[in-house]
Formats: sequence, C-alpha cells, structure tokens
Amino acid sequence: MSLIQAFFAIVRRDLLLAFRRRAEMANPLFFFVLVVTLFPLAVGAQPNLLQAMAPGVIWVSALLAALLSLDGLFRSDFDDGSLEQLLLSPHPLSVLVLGKIFAHWLVTGLPLLLVAPLLALFLGLPGQAMPTLWVTLILATPLLSLIGAIGVALTVGLRRGGMILSLLVLPLYVPVLIFASGAVDRAASGLPVSAQINILLAMLLLALVLTPLPTAAALKMSVN
Amino acid sequence: MSFIPAPLSRFFHRTASPPHFYALADKLVPWLTVLFLLLLIPGLYGGLVAAPADYQQGDSYRIIYIHVPAAWMSLFIYVLMAVMGGIALVWRMKLAEVMLISSAPIGAGFTFVALVTGSLWGKPMWGTWWVWDARLTSELILLFLYLGVTSLYGAIEDKRSAARAVSILALVGVVNIPIIHYSVEWWNTLHQGPTVSKMDKPSIHISMLIPLLLMAGAFKLYYAIAVLQSAKLELIKREPSAQWVKSLLENKA
Amino acid sequence: MTLESFFAMGGYAFYVWTSYGITFAVLLWNLFAPIVLRKQLLRQLALKQKRGQR
Repeated sequence: MSLIQAFFAIVRRDLLLAFRRRAEMANPLFFFVLVVTLFPLAVGAQPNLLQAMAPGVIWVSALLAALLSLDGLFRSDFDDGSLEQLLLSPHPLSVLVLGKIFAHWLVTGLPLLLVAPLLALFLGLPGQAMPTLWVTLILATPLLSLIGAIGVALTVGLRRGGMILSLLVLPLYVPVLIFASGAVDRAASGLPVSAQINILLAMLLLALVLTPLPTAAALKMSVN
Repeated sequence: MSFIPAPLSRFFHRTASPPHFYALADKLVPWLTVLFLLLLIPGLYGGLVAAPADYQQGDSYRIIYIHVPAAWMSLFIYVLMAVMGGIALVWRMKLAEVMLISSAPIGAGFTFVALVTGSLWGKPMWGTWWVWDARLTSELILLFLYLGVTSLYGAIEDKRSAARAVSILALVGVVNIPIIHYSVEWWNTLHQGPTVSKMDKPSIHISMLIPLLLMAGAFKLYYAIAVLQSAKLELIKREPSAQWVKSLLENKA
Repeated sequence: MTLESFFAMGGYAFYVWTSYGITFAVLLWNLFAPIVLRKQLLRQLALKQKRGQR
C-alpha cells in the first residue's frame, strides 16, 4: 500500500467510525451554540454590547468546542489497541497521524461553519463580517486540531488527562485566537482583513508541516 | 553522534554519569555561591542606594533591578529547557532530562516574580494593579507554559516517559514563544492604541545600567546554584537503589 | 542619605519592599526546598538500608 493510499485508508476508517456514532458527532456543535447562548444571559442583552463582543465570544466558544472534542482524537484507538497497530505500520507515523487529524477535523471542525450564521444572528454580527468569519473558521479550526493533537498525544495515556490537556493546549491557542477574532472584529467594522487572513494561512501551512512530528513522537512515548 | 570527536563524547558521558555529576555539583556550588554574592551585594547596593532616583518615577523604578532580570531569566530558562529537551530526545541523555525538569520550577518562580513585581510597579505608575500590556500578557502565558511542563511531568507515572513528554512539550513551547509574543504585541497595539507604557526606556543612565547588569548576572548564578541543588535531589529520586547512592549514604554515616 | 529615607523609598516603600520581599522569598524557597527534601530522602534511604542489613 502506498503512503497516499494509507493516508486515505485512515481517513476513510475514521470517518466511518464517526458516522457509526452519529449522536456524538453533534455534541461539539451543541456545545458551541450553548456557550454562545450563555453570554447574553451573563452580560445582559444590550445589542451594542453583544455586537461588540460577538467576534470574541464566537471565537472563544469555537476554541472551547475544539478543545472539548480533542479528547476523542486518539482515545478510542488507544483503548482498543489500534494505536499500537498504527505505530507498527511501515509508513511514517506523522503522515498517518495527519490523516487522523484531518478526519477528526472533518467531523468536529467543519460543522462549526454550518452554525456560524446562526450565532452571528444571535449576537447581531454585521452581515459584512460573515464571509470573514467563515474564512477564519476554515483556516483556524484545522489549526486548532493540529496544535491540539500534540497535547492529546502527550496525555492520551493518562487516566485524567482532560484538565492537563487544556493547560497544555490553551496557551498555544493564543495566537490563533488573537488573529482569528481580530480579523472578524475588523471585518465587522469594515476594515480590510487580508493581513490577518494571510497570517492565519501561514500558521496553518507551518502547522501542517511541523505539528505531526511532535505528535508522532508523543504518541510513541504514550504507547510505550 | 559521529560528528562529535570521541574524546569529547567520552568526556561528556563521564561527566553526565550521575555519581560524577553529583560530585561535580558539590564542588561547584561553593564557588558559584561566592560569585553570586559578589554580584548580588554590589548589585543591590548600586540599585537600592547608589543609583539616583528616576526624575519621573521617583524611587519606584528601583523595582527594575529585580523585575527585568527576572523577566530575562524566565525566557532564558525556557529556551535552555528546550535545548535540554532536544538533547534528551536525540541522545537519550538522562542528565539532560534531569536538568530540564529541575529547571522548570525555577523558571516558573522567575516568571511569577516578573509578574508580581510588574504588577507592583504598575500600581504607582499606571494606577492599577494589572494592565493588559503586551509584555505582562506574554509573561502570563509563559507562566502557563511552565505550569504545563510541571503538571505534565507530575501526571505521568513512569518518569522516563514523563521526561520524554516534557522534552517534546518544551520544544513545542519554544517554537511557539516568538509566535505568541508577536501576536500579543500586535493585539496590544490594536486594542490599546498608541499609549506608550512608561516602562519603555529608550536609554538608561550608566549608573542605573551597571546595577541592572550585576543583578542579571547574580540571577544567572542563582539559577546555576538552584538547578544543581534540584538536580541532585532528582538524581537520587530517580535511582534510589543505585550503587552510587549507597556509597553516598555510607560516606555520610 | 539617612537610613530612614532609604527605607521610605521616596514614598514608594510598600511597592519596592514588597517586590524585593516576594522575590527573595520565591528564590529562597526554590533554592532550599530541594536541599531539605534531599536531606529527608537520604535519611529515609539510610534508615531503609539499616533495616535491610539486619
């Protein structure tokens, strides 16, 4: 089996597994909408305030939803031993890991795009910011999955790794949060956003190349 | 490690063996302590007594002599930890793992000190305890990175695996530090506008600079002493039943 | 310069001395905690060894 075939075999397998548990797939989405709903309840429903906070609120919620869904990335494979099989395969582990991350993003990150208009409606985000919100979600949610994968790989062997996972991963999410919500914020006030989008794109490309290596190394450490 | 000449490699492996290193640390600490005091005492005197008060900030600026060296150390130690992590991962050198993990609490301590003194300096200068200033914010995130390292090491039972995990994390963190730093800086200019913080000093008078450099040197030596003490503890913890620990006990008894 | 004015720090005594105090407390803790812990550990190991010999 060639490397490309192996990559797509992993993606297909993970997607198939995810679709068998369709109920779980919707959980990050519900969580995302729920967290956004909490903000008007907590800070009051003044339209001006909500509109000003909208980019930040949407992005913090997206980040938390991504963080919460991360645990499923390697957990079941670790528990049933298929992760060890993956390690034994002749193909480079980092590429296979990239396949797993891609499948995970298709299932947990991409659906966030579908509910984004709903949230923009809730918070009164101007329509002109919608395209930017979408673009940042497309660029930055895979970035969250890629960075988060390192943290998951480091903590997958732990019984109670959830808290440590967030401690490890959230500081690394800071640049993504700043540029993504900054872009939406600027778009909402009609300013150009190409600089932020370009930086997000650069970070995504960099992460695509670099993050699978420590993830693979950390998985080897966790399985041993 | 073929690109390192054999005698050098042998020297490193001997020095890096736990008993040799333990003895070396014992020999080094008194000298380092003397040097540390030689820098610390004139540094404190120069900073607290000899240097004139700032024409704008009065005597409150004297916090600089611990705040700035502590902030430098917090970054320096993290970078050093990443270097140790790289060595530990490539050459499986136990001593590098021990030094990495011994450095983490000291680095976290310096980060904490930089934050607290920054806040104590900010109160008379800015009028509030906390400002979302670019440098304070980056320092806060750095503290979280340090805490991530120590809690990950504590959470993994097998200490060899824990050291590998922490080495990977330190390397990932060090790649991210500049990205975090510049993104926070950009975010700060966006939200704060062009308010220049009063801590930005384009030039510093020589009578203020000398104590600052002395304190920076003193903090470096403090780190060397503290990390050796911590590494000695870690070495015994790792192999409590090793032969060299037994002979150490017999020598003491 | 009198000792009094040195301690007063031009009215910033609280900020300056708290900063220095906290700094030295943290640094001393990080220096002496491992020393104390190592002594304890060595004592425990010595006890264990004695029991083992009997």
